[in-house]
Amino acid sequence: MPVLKLKHLRAVRWFHWINFPLLALMIWSGLLIYWAYAPYRVGSFHFFPNWFVSALGIDHRLAEGMALHFTLMWLFVLNGIAYVLYTLISGEWRYLVPRSVSVLADAWRVLLHDLYLRKGQRPPQEKYNAAQQLAYSGIVVMGAGSVLTGLAIYKPAQLAWLTALCGGYAAARLIHFALTIGYVLFFLVHVAQVAVAGWNNLRGMITGYELADDKQ
Amino acid sequence: MTNNKQRREIVLPGEDLNRELRRRTRRAFLTGGAATLAGWGAYKWLTGAPQEDDMPWPQRRMLHWNRKLAHAYLDDSHRMATFSPNEVTYLKPNGDVGLDAAADAGGWKLTVAAEGSHPIELRMEDLLALPKTRMITRFCCIEGWDAIASWGGVRFADFTKKFFPPGRELPAYVYMTTPDEEYYVGLDRKSALHPQTLLAYEQNEKPLVPEHGAPLRLVIPVKYGIKSIKRIGSIRYLSTQPDDYWAEQGYDWFAGL
Repeated sequence: MPVLKLKHLRAVRWFHWINFPLLALMIWSGLLIYWAYAPYRVGSFHFFPNWFVSALGIDHRLAEGMALHFTLMWLFVLNGIAYVLYTLISGEWRYLVPRSVSVLADAWRVLLHDLYLRKGQRPPQEKYNAAQQLAYSGIVVMGAGSVLTGLAIYKPAQLAWLTALCGGYAAARLIHFALTIGYVLFFLVHVAQVAVAGWNNLRGMITGYELADDKQ
Repeated sequence: MTNNKQRREIVLPGEDLNRELRRRTRRAFLTGGAATLAGWGAYKWLTGAPQEDDMPWPQRRMLHWNRKLAHAYLDDSHRMATFSPNEVTYLKPNGDVGLDAAADAGGWKLTVAAEGSHPIELRMEDLLALPKTRMITRFCCIEGWDAIASWGGVRFADFTKKFFPPGRELPAYVYMTTPDEEYYVGLDRKSALHPQTLLAYEQNEKPLVPEHGAPLRLVIPVKYGIKSIKRIGSIRYLSTQPDDYWAEQGYDWFAGL
C-alpha cells in the first residue's frame, strides 16, 4: 500500500535550498576575485579560457567580487554551521556519516551500478546509499575546508597559524580554488543523479515526503 | 488534513493520499516561490543600493563591520611570517600612480604634520639617524599574488615616537600621500604602529629603485599592497578617517590581512 514517508526534515530542506544560491554567489564572487590573478591550469587547460571570461563578463571586477564575497561569507558560514549543528542534534547524522569501512566497497558497487556497469540491485541502504553518504559527508568537510583556507587567505597576519597549517598563503589559495572546482563537479553529478532518480525523489527535497510502498 | 506537521509516515486511503501529496507539493512551491522572491529582492537590494565610494552601501557597511571585528582582534603579536634571505622572491612593481615626478632623492623632502601643530620638513638624513629595522616578509597584492621581499628602514612606531609632537595624544588615523598627491592611503593607528610597519628606504640591502618608491616608501605587511604607498611626500596624523585612493574605487578601506 502506498504511503508518504518523511525523507528530508523541514530544517534540512531550508538549509539545502538556502545553501544553493549562497554557494552559487560565493563561487560567482570568487570568480570575480580569481580573474585578477589566474595562475592555475591543468595541463594546457587554463582556468579560465578567454571565451569563458568574456562570456560571463567576469573581467575587471575584483573590487565588486571582494565586497560581495566578504559580505555573503557570513551567511554561507552561518547556514553551514546551523546545518551541521542541526544534523548532530536531531540525530540525522546517523544516516549521513559512514560508520564502517565497508562504505568504500559499497560506494564502489553503487558507482558501478549507477554507471550501468553492474547488473542487479544497489547494495541495501537506509536513507542514503554508501556513495551518497560519502558525497554528503564529504561536501560538509569540503565546506569546512573552504572556510578554513578562506580565512587563511583573508587574514594571513592575524591567523598566521592557520595559514601555516594550510601549507602557506599560496597553498591555501590553491586549495580554496580546488575545493570550488570540487563543488562544481559535485553539482554536475548531483543534478544528473537527481534527474535520473526522478520526480518522486526531487519532490522529497521540496515537500519532505516521498511516495513509498509500505511493506511492513 | 489541514495541518502541516512533519509526521514520519502519512497513511491515507487511495485518492486522499494523492490529494495530500498534491496539497503539500503546492504548499512547498508557494513557500519556496515566496522565499525565492525574497532572496532575489535581498540580492537586488544588496547589489543595487545607492553607492558609497563606488560600492553599494549595504556591502560597504558590512565591510566596515568586518573591519571592526578584525581591528578589535588585531594585536601587535599578530605578525606576518618572516623569512630567510634565500627565500626572497621577485617583487613585481605593480603601480605607478604618483611616481611620475623624477625620483630625485637630493631634492626630496618629507612633510610631517600633526593636527593643530606646525608641519615639519624632514630629509633622508633625519630618517637614517633613527634605528634601522630589517625584515623579510610576505607582500600580498590585493590581486591575489604574493612575494617574499626584503626591506630595510625605520619602524613607523619609532618614527612617530621621534617626530610626533610630544605630550599630545596620537590621533586615530594616519594619512600618507605621494609628493604630487596623486596617490594617497589612509591607515588606522593600530596598523600603522604595528611592529612590522616600516618606512623603507632599502630593498634587498640596496637603496630603493624608483619603481619601488625611491627614496622612501611604506611597507605594511599586515595590509594588502595597495596600502604600501611608494615615494611618500607627506605624512599626516588625523582624527578623522582619511581618503584612500583604492577605497574610493570600490575597495575595502581597511584592507587588513
